[in-house]
Amino acid sequence: MTAARPRRPRSRETLPDYLLSEQQLEDMYYYMLLSRRLSERMMALQRQGRAAFVIAGAGQEAAQVGAAMALKKGTDYLAPYYRDLGMNLVYGMDAREAMLNLLGKRDDPNSFGRQMPSHWGNAARRVVTQSSVVATQLLHAAGIGLAAKLSNDPIVVLTCCGEGSTSRGDFHEALNFASIHRLPVIFYIQNNGFAITERTEKEMAVENVADRARAYNMQSAVVDGMDCVAVYQTVRPAVDQARRGGGPFLIEAKCYRLWPHSSDDDDTRYRPRKELEEWAKKDPLVLFRARVETDGIFPREDLDEIEARVEEEVRDAVQWALMQPDPAPEDALGYVYKEL
Amino acid sequence: MAEMTVIEAIRTTLDEEMGRDSRIFILGEDVEAGGVFRATEGLVAKYPGRVIDSPLAESSIIGVAIGAAHYGLRPVAEIQFADFIHAAFDHLCSEASRWSYRTRGDACLPMVVRTPWGGGVHGGQHHSQSIEAYYTHLPGIKVVAPSFPADYRSLLKAALADLNPVLFLEHKRTYRLIRQDVANAPAETVIGRARIARKGTDLTIYAYGLMLHESLAAAAALASEGIEATVVDLLTLQPLDVETILESARATGKALIVHEDTLTGGFGGELAALIAEHAFEHLDAPIRRLCAPDIPAMPYHPNMEHFFMPDREKIAAAARDLAAY
Repeated sequence: MTAARPRRPRSRETLPDYLLSEQQLEDMYYYMLLSRRLSERMMALQRQGRAAFVIAGAGQEAAQVGAAMALKKGTDYLAPYYRDLGMNLVYGMDAREAMLNLLGKRDDPNSFGRQMPSHWGNAARRVVTQSSVVATQLLHAAGIGLAAKLSNDPIVVLTCCGEGSTSRGDFHEALNFASIHRLPVIFYIQNNGFAITERTEKEMAVENVADRARAYNMQSAVVDGMDCVAVYQTVRPAVDQARRGGGPFLIEAKCYRLWPHSSDDDDTRYRPRKELEEWAKKDPLVLFRARVETDGIFPREDLDEIEARVEEEVRDAVQWALMQPDPAPEDALGYVYKEL
Repeated sequence: MAEMTVIEAIRTTLDEEMGRDSRIFILGEDVEAGGVFRATEGLVAKYPGRVIDSPLAESSIIGVAIGAAHYGLRPVAEIQFADFIHAAFDHLCSEASRWSYRTRGDACLPMVVRTPWGGGVHGGQHHSQSIEAYYTHLPGIKVVAPSFPADYRSLLKAALADLNPVLFLEHKRTYRLIRQDVANAPAETVIGRARIARKGTDLTIYAYGLMLHESLAAAAALASEGIEATVVDLLTLQPLDVETILESARATGKALIVHEDTLTGGFGGELAALIAEHAFEHLDAPIRRLCAPDIPAMPYHPNMEHFFMPDREKIAAAARDLAAY
């Protein structure tokens, strides 16, 4: 699946302006790009009638990949929300599995065709199963944090939701609980400007979700969620601090939803084209590529090579996943209860 | 062993199991001080750090327990009164009940939610409720409602060993009312089994919680009149022991279902449907349900509270009618 052309090995030394190595920067670009290209193909499959529903994170790739890379993959828990394809890719899901999930195939490692697409979950990878109900996962994350604390286990939980979900009581309850017990939980809010059609000012009377942290005596940060490097540099110290027992952290990544809410939504009803065009200039992929190219981290052909590799992985994944078995009707039964 | 009340059965079992399994911890309102019914009294001193006061927020209690169970601990979530559990309904309905199903067993939630339910304590609308009908409608959650101390002990142990969310309903009126020599009493150890608490030939009474005791008292009174009732102690409401329920209906040909929840949409409807569907040809009379009237909740004043709740006299009267049919 990987492009055949040999390329120079990436350095793992930390670059001073980035606090990341070349290898990490390449990984960032790879995961962000894979997330976007997969989502584009998913939307195309939906338009072709091959997939029923798509909900994507276009515009939030930097926010997702930068944050997930700040975690210890496979050790720290991720309690994501439905836009977090990018996070799941960092956490080990590959392109083929992402397509199995989209198509609700029998072997989708998230829910085996039992949930709508993008409802993640994989116990071995420490991705917590989630529902369509928003913000419930914040309390589950607090519970994992409590259990880890009781077990003297130095893990961190990162849980995500959109800014719209912070209107729910569970947001308050989870931050309250985590702060009382100083749990190792990062509450990571991806503020993409929209709760389906509703703008942020219809969801809250404060400027930033992070402003609420004071009410819980919790540390907080606001970060430019379109800048993957900035996201990593903000989330990583919070994760390290939580791991050392420093307690929970509320981080708000300001990003922008570049696509409609889902494949069923028509955003022309409520979003002026001009606004979208302005934000498209800040597309996290465009920004990232421009920066690493201008700074001379990677030559253009290296970045093109990553593009080609991702294109190939996505093409392969679609072809492969479409051939995979569907669940049988009677697969609807079973596992209502977990047996000993 | 000496006689034990229901609350003592629960407390001693929590104590024993916490001593045996360090993964078990308790989360709930006022539990560090022992809880308002004293179910956790003394446990915080014995198991420091494992009896944890929660904020006054039921969604937090259940939501946090879900996370801790997912991690691999064995949380016991205490909801102070069943009447207040509905704030956490979302976590039980949309999350806990589906955890195993939606991951095809990749993940599971070994957690117990203990909560006092039921009336007869002058608790009015919000300290008397029967909640079982809402939660038995959630495949994926087990609902247990014992009546005798020995069963409280054995089924609480079973619930703590179960890999699934178990809603453990404790009838608060029976906490200090019902005593039993638990060493010499029968104890059901399997969730999902009912017990024939009394054997008779004229009709079968189905009940759980306080109503089970009232039904047994009614059956004793009826015996002196020559009416012999079987009394089935359901013990578990989800999953149901269909076999025992049907066998008894077929054997006596008459079924009286008793619960203190309101009639319409109450759990008795499910029992009646089961019996009608699978034992119809053995029935000698229409199935009878004796339940609270369809008013929103239990009224406070004792006159109205007694009117609302079934009791041994009402059960005996209904049984007489049914036996004479």
